[in-house]
This record gives sequence, C-alpha cells and structure tokens, in this order.
Amino acid sequence: MANIILWRLGATLLILLVVSLLVFWACEILPGDVAQVALGQYATPENVRALRLEMGLDRPAIQRYLEWLVGALQGDWGRSLVTKTPVSSLLSERLANTALLAGVTTLIAVPLAVLLGVVTTMWNGRAFDRAATVSFLALSATPEFLLATLLVLLFAVNLGWLPAVAYLSTGSDFGQTARALLLPTASLVIVVTAQIARMTRAILGSILSQPYIEMAVLKGIPRQRIVGYHALRNAVGPLANVVALNVAYLVSGVVVVETIFAYPGLARLMIDSVQSRDLPVVQACAMIFCATYVVLILLADVLARLFDPHSLAERPTDAL
Amino acid sequence: MGTSVLTVDHLGIATKAGHKVLDDVSLQVRRGEVLALIGASGSGKTTLALAALGHMRPGLEHVGGSVNLNGVDVLKAPHPVLNRLRGRIGAYIAQSAAAAFNPRIRLGDQVVESALLHHSQKSAEARARAREVFRYLSLPSPDRIGSRFPYQVSGGQLQRFMIAMGMQEEPLLMVCDEPTSALDVTTQVEVMRLLKRAIRDNNTAALFVSHDLAVVAQIATRIAVMRAGRIVEVGETDQVVNAPREEYTRELIAACTHLSLASLANRPSRLLTAPATALSVQSIVAGYGNVRGGKPQITTLHGVDLEVGKGEIVAVIGESGSGKTTLARVIAGLHAPASGTVALEGEPLAGLDRERTDGQRRRVQLAVQMADTALNPKHRIRRILGRVLRFFHGLRGDAAEARMVDLLAMVSLPANYLERYPTQLSGGEKQRVNLARALAADPDVLICDEITSALDTIVAGQIIDLVKRLRDELGLAIIFISHDLATVASIADRVTVLRHGRVVEAGECTRVLSAPADPYTRLLVASVPELRRGWLEDAAATRKALEVELEMVRPTVAGWNEQAEMMP
Repeated sequence: MANIILWRLGATLLILLVVSLLVFWACEILPGDVAQVALGQYATPENVRALRLEMGLDRPAIQRYLEWLVGALQGDWGRSLVTKTPVSSLLSERLANTALLAGVTTLIAVPLAVLLGVVTTMWNGRAFDRAATVSFLALSATPEFLLATLLVLLFAVNLGWLPAVAYLSTGSDFGQTARALLLPTASLVIVVTAQIARMTRAILGSILSQPYIEMAVLKGIPRQRIVGYHALRNAVGPLANVVALNVAYLVSGVVVVETIFAYPGLARLMIDSVQSRDLPVVQACAMIFCATYVVLILLADVLARLFDPHSLAERPTDAL
Repeated sequence: MGTSVLTVDHLGIATKAGHKVLDDVSLQVRRGEVLALIGASGSGKTTLALAALGHMRPGLEHVGGSVNLNGVDVLKAPHPVLNRLRGRIGAYIAQSAAAAFNPRIRLGDQVVESALLHHSQKSAEARARAREVFRYLSLPSPDRIGSRFPYQVSGGQLQRFMIAMGMQEEPLLMVCDEPTSALDVTTQVEVMRLLKRAIRDNNTAALFVSHDLAVVAQIATRIAVMRAGRIVEVGETDQVVNAPREEYTRELIAACTHLSLASLANRPSRLLTAPATALSVQSIVAGYGNVRGGKPQITTLHGVDLEVGKGEIVAVIGESGSGKTTLARVIAGLHAPASGTVALEGEPLAGLDRERTDGQRRRVQLAVQMADTALNPKHRIRRILGRVLRFFHGLRGDAAEARMVDLLAMVSLPANYLERYPTQLSGGEKQRVNLARALAADPDVLICDEITSALDTIVAGQIIDLVKRLRDELGLAIIFISHDLATVASIADRVTVLRHGRVVEAGECTRVLSAPADPYTRLLVASVPELRRGWLEDAAATRKALEVELEMVRPTVAGWNEQAEMMP
C-alpha cells in the first residue's frame, strides 16, 4: 500500500513537471511579444528592446524556463507585468479567498449530496425520490449565472437581507465575512450538491443490480442497511473521484459565480490576467489549477484503495 | 410425513409486458424433505425459487395464486415481515457464490449478519455458531478463516461459506439455486456431500433447483420437472428417474445418459489409422508477467504437447486454472508463448496472430464459450458472417450471399436468420452462428473452447452432434476444450488431460476414460455425475482415497502462500 502511494506520488510530480513545461511553452508561443504588450501599442522599438533586455527575454527559452521553475518552487512566480508587484503576493490573497469559498462549499455540499443520494436510493420510486431526482437534474442543468442572479434578485434586491456583492475587506469580522459569503456559497452548494447527489444515486443504482445485493435482500437485510452499508462500501471508489472533480471545479472553474458576486477569487484573477496578457500571473494560476486537479485525483485514488480489500492483501492474516 | 413448510398454490408470475413466467404452479415442501426442481434455462425455476422467499426480480409481477412459507403469505407480506423470515425460516443459497458475496465485507461478518439483525443470536454466540459450521463444512482454520475477504478463498470454499451462511440460523427451509453449477466437477462432489449431510443432520427441508438431473438424483426426495413455467411432472426420485411419465422428462433423462461416461460403452470405435497431422503443438510454456529465464512470472502452461490429425477431434480436459483456455489462446495466436512451437502441417506459426499471414490466420479458427459476448449485438447475422467472407475470401454480393446461406444450412439454421440480430436468437442458436462464423473462414483447424458449457443439456447435445457432423463432412481437425468429461466422452477421438498446466495423461478417448492411468484422471472420471443412487457417496470416497496421492492437502490460514486450492 505504502509502495503504491509513493509510486503514485512520484507519478504526480512527473505529471506536474510535464504540465509546467506545457504551460511555459504555451505562453512562449502566444503571438505578441511580452515586452511589446507591456509597453502598449505606441511604444518605440528602442523602448521595447530595452525592456526585453531588462526582462531577460533575449536569453534562451530553456534557461528562462529553469529559472522560472526554480523560482516557482521557492514561491517566487516573478512580477506581474500589469501591477509590477510580485505575483506571489497577488496569489496569496486570492488563494485564501478561493480556499475559503471552495472549502465552505465542499464541507456543506459533499455530506449533503451523499446523504441525499443515499436517501433517494433507499426511497427509490417514492414521491420524495421522484421529486428529488427531477430537482437534481433541473438544478445541475441550470446555468450558474441564472441561479446566482435569481438568488441576488431575491435575497439582495427584493428582500434586502444580504449584500449583492461579496467583497471581502481585510478588516471584516466573522459576521461580515459570513454574510458576504452566504450567497456565492449558496449558489455553488446548490449546483455541486445536485451534481454529486445525481452521481451518487447513479453509482448506487448500478451497484444495486449486483447479485450480492439480491443475496442481501434474500438474507432479510432491510433496504436502508443494504443501501447504506452493502452498496455504499462499494461506491467509495467511484464517489471519491466524483467528489474530487467537483472540488477541483470549485477551485478553478467558478469564474461566473466570482464575477457575479465580484468575489476576488483565483479563477477571476486568471481570466483578468489573460485579458491583460499578464503572463507570469497566468502561468502561476495554470500551475495551481493543474496541481489542484492532480492532487485531488491522487487523494481520491488513495481513498478508493483504502476501501478495496484487494490492495490490503499484503497484510498478514493475524493482523486482520 | 410432517407438516408443510412451503406451499405454493396455483402461483402465476408474469413479466410486466404480460409474458407468463410461472403459470399455475402448485407444489409443497414438507419438513425434512428435499424437493428438486429441474428444467432448462428459462423454464422459470429460479423465479419459483425466489418466490418461495417472497422475492420477485424487477420487471416481474404476481398475477395469481399464493406462496405460503411457514404460515406467512410471502407475496403479500410487508417488507419487515419478510426480513424477519428470510435467513431465519427460509435461507437462500445462490448459484454463484463468487457473485453473491459482497466483495468489500469480510466473510464472517456476512455469515452472521442476518442473525445479528434478527436478534436471534447474540454477537459472541453467532460467531461461535459460525465457527462451528465452518468446522462442520471442513473449511480450513475455522477459527480464523472468517476474517478473510471473498477474493481470498477458492471457489469451492466460497460455496461452502454460502452454505454456512444458509445454515447460520438453522432455517426450516433452504432454497438452493444451482448451488454447485459454477464449480469444477471434483469440487462439486465435495460441496454436494457437505450440503447433503447438512440438510440431513438438521432435518432441514430444501427446495433444490438444478438443470442437472444426475446431481439432483443424489439429494432429492422428490423431483418436480418444469418446462416453460409449468410443472410437467412431480414424483418420488426413483419413479421420475426410472419410470418417467412425461415425454419431456424422458428427453431430459435421455440427454443426461447421452452425455455420460456410459455413452462410451455403446460408442462405435472410431480410430483413424495414422491421420495426417494438421496441427502440432510442442513444449509450449506460457503465462503472465515478465519472462525470466524462459519462464513467465506466473506460468500457466509448463511444456504442453498436443497433436491433432485431419478429421479428428482431440479433447483437452481439465478444471478451472488448468491452463486449457491459455492453450487455446496460444494456438489461436492471441497469447504469445514464452517458448515452444505451434506448427500447422509442419509449418511453424508465429506466436502472435498479427505476425501470422492471412492464410495462416484463416486456417486456424476459434469458437468461444460465450457466444453472447462474441457476437456483436448491434450487427445482423448477415454482417457478422459477411465480414469474415470479405476479409478472408474477398467474397461480396451474390457469391457472399450464397455462401452465407450454405453456412447457415451447415449449422442447421434457416436462411432468413441472416436478417436477425444475435439478441433475437436462443443460446443454442447463438452458438450455431458462432460456429458458422468460424466456418466462414474455411479453416483446417477449429478450436472449440467450452462451447457447450453455457447451454442446457438437450441443446448441448445438439451442438455436440453438429460438431461431429462438421468433422465428418469437412474433415476438420478439432480441438475440443472442455471441463465436462461426459461431453468429451461422447465426442472425442483422443483426449489430453491437463492439470496445473501440465499434461498428466493423453491417449485414445475410450481407453483414457474407461481405464484411466493417472490418479487425477481417475478422480475426474469418478466425479462425473451419474444418475444412479449412491454415486455421490462413491465419488466422495474416491476423492478421499486419492487426496494424498494428488497432494490435495487443504490449505491452512497461517500465511498467504499456501492457497494451493485457489484459482488464479
């Protein structure tokens, strides 16, 4: 088991290295010169050349890649071309915001979704199940901007209970932060819960058609226990992967929600940087997103293995 | 005899589309009695067995009559009532233990689960009872084996766990659905012996479902014969076996005797005088994993030789894990051997299919066990056959059409089957199409890998006759791989017996099967079910006597390495 985890960890590092190459290379082949972009359309050729020298753009790509990689490993992602501040200081604030939003959403959505998936499966075919299944489908098909806008319309504009924008200022206390986070979190919780609950139900449903489930029925095991114990134990692996993908999405793919609530998260930082050709920031964001995906999938696989007795086979019997 | 445990009264069950699965079925199982249900697949026996415990598979509905289990109308009872009955009053023993145990829960926990949920036994008491039953069923290290997961024990052991689970709460009725059909013959003998003893010692009643009359005759007090959802005949075992009243029962018995070692006696000797060698296999070593020093990490074949002449059927027999299928795959070029040669009329063939010439590939064809999975369900028969004709012979249009009709005629199917999809065919018909597909290539060598194993006895008999006819008409060299000696006895000219990847005996079929020299062959021969009373006891005795000689020493649970009995 430990061997497998170490091996997977090595593979993960290798993947990240390849990704870093791709990210760097992709930024290299983008049309337009970074120096030109930084100085704007009306810069004189002399100025551009001077800046190129200053930024070290005349040196070979491989050398710049290695410097960038070593720097990134030490937390130094270079300087933003737009704000001229270190990328790392831009990142740290945004990263904390994204982690807060994604973390709170995950903590609420994942247990809720799995519970809903299990309960609807237990009550298969009853009114609650049918209503819930239709709602899951409808909600996961609803575009986030619509959902978020409706929430704002209802709670911020009509009722006036909550702020329409989720602006986090440094001095705000817990109450203010919570109020600010409430609407964006709610929109994301709804979308993610609907997705995961739907998948949970589908995974459990396919497990329920297995012969060992029929055997459990014929042993006189009540349905609640069949779904919640016999089936759920076998659903851990696939479920972990579904959850991992959804959490990764919360980190990197929530630009719409961040924009609607003017929430200063990573996804918006990435979009803004792409628009302003702020390549060091784009590179840093891309690396963080990839790392999130790869690490989450790694965690999901390890969890799946922990629940699979096959992978524990090396253990001697007496320890069991 | 005593009171009725199970009474099925004019029971009707139909699919939601209205097709009748059980039609006016009535029967009774009394205390301590074993009632066997036999019939072909699709006759409704499993539906009836499940209904005995108040369970119906999705898509079925109850259309009439009742099922009364120990005083409870189980098809009308609410779930909580059923849950209290199941396992405690009526227990179920499923066909495939490998599929019926939850792979992620320890076996011991699964065995005692119902008893704990029913509060019929306290935890310590339930564990003690389970250990006692494990010991009774001769499971190795009974005190510790319960902590294993299903994949950590062999198929035969798993089936014993299934029986232990059924016995845990000492039910009044055990419903056994083909409890030994998924096992090797030699393992079947042992499991049947234990099951028979368990039923007798506890005076349990049993409803015993099987397609195999010979197996049923060993254990049943009475036999009910089912066909197309109806019971055609019920009677005492001796009466049904020796003096059947119905034509269908007679057919079943005939098929059973047709496919038995007894058929050897009245088989005309068919010894070809030195037929021209079609295919020869020499010292094949094959397996899985990296090859080191000429040996794969896990070796499944240790230097196997085989020779087939034109117009000859050579059977390869052995139990699961003996390497039969690996051998078929090596010959067909689907699995590269680590060493050894396969030669077609003296011409050596490359290890892998893609390195062989089209001509060589055409001349060696493989027909597999599961016609279901070998035929693309989205293609019509026309396309399935047409592709082979186009690929190997460049046939198109009318020429291809004429050839396809010929091929179907060869396997006794009408020409209009060309328009059908595989799902519109019965199991036997699919296997015929599967053979026609192989014949379309116009092969010299045909490998039949367990082609009758998934079929009912009567249908299997028809396929056997077809294969014999093909050999005679087309002069094919046929390698017939099977675990079923009875089938082999009725078809093979010569036999090669494989055990753990080695040839233990080879020779002329009648000689090998009637006077086996190797102890393993003797065990196999003794394990073939026979209709006569007392066969089971004889077979169990033979097994016991040969145990030491064959090193079938039972594994203990001390470590993981000595799981000799486990299948790969």
